[in-house]
Amino acid sequence: MLAIKFLIPEIFLSISIFSLLMIGVFIKNSFEIIYRLSLFVIILIILIILSGDSESIKIFSESFTIDRFSLYSKILILISTFFVLLMSKKYIVDIKNNKFEYPIIILLSILGMFIMVSSNDLILFYMGLELQSLALYILASIDRDNIKSSEAGVKYFVLSALSSGLLLYGCSLIYGFTGSTNFEEIANSKDFNVGTIFGMVFILVGLAFKVSAVPFHMWTPDVYQGSPTSVTSFFSVVPKAAGIAIFIKFMYLPFRDVLNQWQYILVFMSIASMILGAVAAIGQTNIKRLMAYSSIGHIGYAIAGIAAGTENGFKSTLIYISIYIVMNIGAFACILLMKRDGKYVEEIEELSGVSKNHPMMSFGLLIILFSLAGIPPLAGFFAKFYIFMAVIESEMYTLAIIGLVTTVLSAFYYIRIIKIMYFDEPKKPFEKFVDYKIHGPIVLSCVLLVSFFIYPSILNEIVSNISIF
Amino acid sequence: MNFPILSSITFLPLIGAFFVLLTRSEKGQGNTGAVYISIFTSFVNFFITLFLWYTFDNKISDFQFVEEISWISGFIKFKFGIDGISILFILLTAFITPICIISCINSVKTRLKEFLIALLVLETFMIGVFCSLDLVVFYLFFEAGLIPMFLIIGIWGGPRKVYSAFKFFLFTLLGSVLMLVAIIAIYWITGTTDVTQIYEIKIPQEFQYLLWLAFFSSFAVKLPMWPVHTWLPDAHVEAPTPGSVILAAILLKMGGYGFLRFSIGMFPFASEYFTPLIFTLSVIAVIYTSLVALMQDDMKKLIAYSSVAHMGFVTMGIFTFNKQGVEGSIIQMFSHGLISAALFLCVGVLYDRTHSRLIKSYGGVVHILPKYSFLFMVFALATLGLPGTSGFVGEFLVLVGTFKVNFLVAILASIGVILAAAYILWLYKRVIFGKLENIQLKKIKDVNLSEGSILVVLCITVLFFGFYPDPLLETMKVSVDNLINNYNLEITKRITLK
Repeated sequence: MLAIKFLIPEIFLSISIFSLLMIGVFIKNSFEIIYRLSLFVIILIILIILSGDSESIKIFSESFTIDRFSLYSKILILISTFFVLLMSKKYIVDIKNNKFEYPIIILLSILGMFIMVSSNDLILFYMGLELQSLALYILASIDRDNIKSSEAGVKYFVLSALSSGLLLYGCSLIYGFTGSTNFEEIANSKDFNVGTIFGMVFILVGLAFKVSAVPFHMWTPDVYQGSPTSVTSFFSVVPKAAGIAIFIKFMYLPFRDVLNQWQYILVFMSIASMILGAVAAIGQTNIKRLMAYSSIGHIGYAIAGIAAGTENGFKSTLIYISIYIVMNIGAFACILLMKRDGKYVEEIEELSGVSKNHPMMSFGLLIILFSLAGIPPLAGFFAKFYIFMAVIESEMYTLAIIGLVTTVLSAFYYIRIIKIMYFDEPKKPFEKFVDYKIHGPIVLSCVLLVSFFIYPSILNEIVSNISIF
Repeated sequence: MNFPILSSITFLPLIGAFFVLLTRSEKGQGNTGAVYISIFTSFVNFFITLFLWYTFDNKISDFQFVEEISWISGFIKFKFGIDGISILFILLTAFITPICIISCINSVKTRLKEFLIALLVLETFMIGVFCSLDLVVFYLFFEAGLIPMFLIIGIWGGPRKVYSAFKFFLFTLLGSVLMLVAIIAIYWITGTTDVTQIYEIKIPQEFQYLLWLAFFSSFAVKLPMWPVHTWLPDAHVEAPTPGSVILAAILLKMGGYGFLRFSIGMFPFASEYFTPLIFTLSVIAVIYTSLVALMQDDMKKLIAYSSVAHMGFVTMGIFTFNKQGVEGSIIQMFSHGLISAALFLCVGVLYDRTHSRLIKSYGGVVHILPKYSFLFMVFALATLGLPGTSGFVGEFLVLVGTFKVNFLVAILASIGVILAAAYILWLYKRVIFGKLENIQLKKIKDVNLSEGSILVVLCITVLFFGFYPDPLLETMKVSVDNLINNYNLEITKRITLK
């Protein structure tokens, strides 16, 4: 079978997952070794993908695509998983959650995402989506003795199952009306009647749920707050990257000819997410909850790029999500440093005056927060700049102006954290420890964000080769 | 000219800031290493700028020392260049920053190292604003200045620092985001964000009005114009002395510079169309804020309101579109940069000694601080535009220019000059003369060497440019002529088309 050789990353990933599972079952206290092996596996897959050729090819009767787009998304998923896993080690051990399943479930969800972003067929897409979702339900409730974590898991499961049901219903409608599950064939079926549009809307709802876009965002704050911080940091980056990737693929491949039908839905979602993300975050006192609303807002900007409906549009979204990942990893690494008297704290007030006792950490968080707020010359500004370039190219001035005004609103709560860190009176210092696994990502993230302006077209150049059509 | 002199003056302070970051602060003794590095950096930068001014050819109307590198691949270039207008602002920035750094030694007691880093980073951004010839690069520096200024007000500020810092940050950010929309729109209309190319391509008239308003919202907040000036008094009052100096002397000038470089240059029709709006707002600013200044009991607030009034003259002068008006407004900005910096430093001298900014806690200062009182007097007289000080040259030229265009506006603005005399002299009388009633005041000492020297330097500069403004006028003459000619060319072209 010639097709197999294009599947090496996925096959390698599956084999590693099962071997790791076996190691975990037969060796006692095997968290440490499995944790290291998982990191190793992730690096290996990155190397496999980078060493392979990036021709675009469709295999398995055109149901599985390997092209630059899917490879880019996979690399993004792998790199962000690597850093999230790296920095959450200490936290997992501290909350005594060092079960060997933890890294394995994360790998399983990546496998699901791999299938999802490569899929060119509704059935395969759904399979990948469910694999990643099931893994995420377990992750949300992995701290099973903690009532909040269990609550988060159940909430996420119930709501997500509902949205998966809607999505599946949409898929069946589309199959019923176009007679095919293949993305290309759906796009080529010329008669897009009401039934197909209905199916598309259902799929949109399901996708919006997975990336937590308003009005399907309700689960986000609770799940972010309830899950252990290590899992929250995973939730806030990796499934978002995968979800946005498949979102782009759906809009630009099967539904590319009905732009006029979905554009306004996306514009609405984008505006609603931006406004809700900005306004609802203002009153939050828990930093994880705040990050949840912040991520809703950021997804709003990412969707604005898709809504532009142009090639520049989806490219700007890819750039946006890449920079978003860098910022969020840095932010969560800082949150993982908030440990006082042997307990992890999550209230924003606990950061009060932290710049006195932890100057480097607070300076790092300062850069990350200004970047999240989109203030030049940090990378977050360029992310937004590219999005609005695309949006204004499509002459959607209202979306652009609302989007930029919400950046001012959201700047308010980001600089509120800076105010608490820098202007307020210091509290008892956090526990001081140097762990390159946490400090490394913070430093790396800050360096990337600050130095991005020297050569801001680096991501453009990578993204410019990507095409979906 | 192959040596990238503009990039070096822009990024030199950043390098200095990096070295300051590496110094270690000694407990209790302050951080002498950091102070020396920053003074050295800022002075080197000032001397390079003087050299730049010396080599600058003021007979050419084109942009000089142009540097260009590909930045965002394909569509945006990182482009620097200066003409006779921007070099004056760069000179002002490079002149004021060392003064600020020296004044830090007396007025900043905590976290001196971080303060110096913030100041040096801010200098980079400010010079970047005046050098950039690309809209996106301009926006980048224009906005980036918010970060260090927010921290300066918030960390080292007074009791209401949080409120003021937030107000400053959000007001200016809200003003500028609309400009970003306009910049991107200009890119899609003309296909470039390079200012010199946009001057040639010329934006179609129907787009100009909205774009002008978007730029206006940003510059009006930054300048600030009435009625969006309310952030300024708060920011000034709460900021530490060096922060107020930077804010008044340079950050406000970015708005005026923006009007000159972008609004008039790129949107001549819209500028003509909105001139009545500008005149109205300027006159209100001049008269209303002067009256408000009269009623203040806080010295810093009084000077802040007087800044708004002076900026009213600037906008009025710019939109007269004649030689005297525009040149006057540039000189007004330059001299206001010197005078307001000096006034804030004067207030800072008193504040450092007594920790009060209220006018009523002073009186009779002349008996104990004679040198200080003399210097304060020079700057107070310069504020009200006494002939022989640089304040006079600017205000006089602006009024001459305005008389040519609109008699009524000029008359009303002249009332502002009288009011300026009223509030500043009354302030001087209450603080300096009278009986020495506050016992606390008796212990304080006159200006020390560092305070005295920077005030004397500022005093000499103000008097020098008051008697002999030619160096400034010569530098900008050709560029201003060019600006006005281009504007008139566009306007007459449309009239003949009709």
